[in-house]
Amino acid sequence: MIKLLEARGVGKRFGGLTALSDVSLTINKGEVYGLIGPNGAGKTTFFNVLTGAYIPDDGEFVFNGTELPTGKPHLVVQQGIARTFQNIRLFGQLTALENVMAGHHIRTKAGLWGILTQSKHAIEEERLTTERAFELLKYVGIERFAHTICKSLSYGDQRRLEIARALASEPQLLALDEPAAGMNATETSQLKVLIEQIRHDGITVLLIEHDVKLVMGLCDRVAVLDFGKKIAEDVPAVVQKNDAVISAYLGGPKHAH
Amino acid sequence: MNELIEAVPFLGKRNPRLAKWLIIILALVAPLIAAYFGRSWMRILDFALLYMMLALGLNLVVGFAGLLDLGYIAFYAVGAYTWAFLASPHFGVHMPFWIVLPLGAAFAALAGIILGFPVLRLRGDYLAIVTLGFGEIVRIFMNNLNHPVNITNGPQGINALDSLNLFGWNLAQSLSFGDFKIHYLYLYYYFFLLCVIGSIVFIKRLQISRVGRAWAAMRDDELAAKAIGINVRNMKLLAFSLGATFGGVAGGLFGSFQGFVSPESFSLMESIAVLTMVVFGGMGNIAGAIVGALALTALPEILRNIALPVQEALFGTVILDPEVLRMLLLSLAMILMMLLRPAGLVPAHARYSRPELLKGGA
Ligand SMILES: Nc1ncnc2c1ncn2[C@@H]1O[C@H](COP(=O)(O)OP(=O)(O)O)[C@@H](O)[C@H]1O
Ligand SMILES: [Mg+2]
Repeated sequence: MIKLLEARGVGKRFGGLTALSDVSLTINKGEVYGLIGPNGAGKTTFFNVLTGAYIPDDGEFVFNGTELPTGKPHLVVQQGIARTFQNIRLFGQLTALENVMAGHHIRTKAGLWGILTQSKHAIEEERLTTERAFELLKYVGIERFAHTICKSLSYGDQRRLEIARALASEPQLLALDEPAAGMNATETSQLKVLIEQIRHDGITVLLIEHDVKLVMGLCDRVAVLDFGKKIAEDVPAVVQKNDAVISAYLGGPKHAH
Repeated sequence: MNELIEAVPFLGKRNPRLAKWLIIILALVAPLIAAYFGRSWMRILDFALLYMMLALGLNLVVGFAGLLDLGYIAFYAVGAYTWAFLASPHFGVHMPFWIVLPLGAAFAALAGIILGFPVLRLRGDYLAIVTLGFGEIVRIFMNNLNHPVNITNGPQGINALDSLNLFGWNLAQSLSFGDFKIHYLYLYYYFFLLCVIGSIVFIKRLQISRVGRAWAAMRDDELAAKAIGINVRNMKLLAFSLGATFGGVAGGLFGSFQGFVSPESFSLMESIAVLTMVVFGGMGNIAGAIVGALALTALPEILRNIALPVQEALFGTVILDPEVLRMLLLSLAMILMMLLRPAGLVPAHARYSRPELLKGGA
């Protein structure tokens, strides 16, 4: 197995609150890796420090053998990590197609001069971007809304659009923050098919999810966070039976979920 | 152009071809119509074109990139003073327009970057306040740099700027073919019109490119824009400097046209006036900036021409000074706009891509 991402003793504090403490984990190429835990456990924070939105207080991430820059999201994307957001964050005034095209930004090069003079190269690149974006909309199954302003898409379709936008940056690791949140059962099962397809196409998936059934059905391995600490990591079947995990989810009133 | 066509009332959607020709013909004969009402109207028309360039440039910053800039007129000032320094008796330098205009644009772009750096982390109200301060600083510099060394000639401003001289063809001299004379205001009009068209083409190309999408992304959700790999810092600096470029060119043209620059042309009120044009027309789309600039340059003048005689007839004297009236009308227009059409006269259907590039279509 080839290591894709390694988190080494990652810690993050907000004032007095320790959101992450000494989290180490390894994600292998080609797997779907689940990150679960009760609300407020630090899962989203983990995404934020990984993708450069926050600077970790301790530890580091090693991706493909090189250390990831901290606090520089665009460089992290360049390296091949893309993410979605727990609360959907699309570009509200852009169409679905344009959202995905924007996602392709870092893989394009046209400079000011090429754009202003409409150089052959710039036009060709633009054409490829447009076509690639449309392909991705097909891939996630919402191409019929290509020219619709993204805000008027249904909730489930917006989630799919966010995934398409993330894929447009041609990532090796796709980090999904609760992609099934707010989806109905049909949408969730369609999402499961989509994630399996993504994995099948060679992209490693890091999945934060609340829907235990989805996690157990999809993930090769699962890590459990509780109060910022990793309390378990194993294949789903084993994690499910882990006492610490059960008490984290069902335990004291503080963990009400 | 398509946006502009759609903006034509009634015709826009029903008969776009006709609407297109209507716009072209109107743009071409506008000065003839204005001339019918008098020279001053031709000047107003020429100024409207300058304001269009300003509105287009500011729209790029505010409408596309989402950076509220209240000091935009400073770049206009930089362009105008560049012209005054390099093409007037003030320093005795008389460089040709093809050096002065690009230099003015470059200085303005530089000023844009200088403004851009400190405000990178600011947003919304904070950004507005700092840019406002920047605009005032530039004006105050122009006002006070007359001693110990006289650079800007202070509040008196600089006189007798060179007029536009296109490779030996002086636009400030009326052309005459025997008895037939073309007044210089026409020449300026058509030259400015060309500049405006050039600006539209450039800005449209930017808008439907990866740069335009990156700006729109940053404007709609900065965090998400970063998360898809957009270098927000560079994109903001690019927006500030490119927007400033248009201001700089317009400023140079203003200097040559007016023949005189002084700090009072670059007050905060002017910044606000240009911003009002952008908002009035509809933020984030090119047609909006054009319609806004045209409407807000022409309307107050029209109303002023009506208001002055009416006041005199009613009260015997002029009670409201025309300049006060202009501000009053601008504010009134804004209030009405916010109430009736909050998205502007031409609400944005701005597109940031070219779907026609899709092979199969969709
Ligand atoms: N920007 C922030 N500032 C302060 N506290 C934060 C911030 N982001 C997250 N937290 C806190 O860190 C803890 C972990 O939050 P989060 O990572 O969002 O949890 P999860 O995604 O697992 O539900 C929570 O207590 C949350 O309130
Ligand atoms: Mg979360």
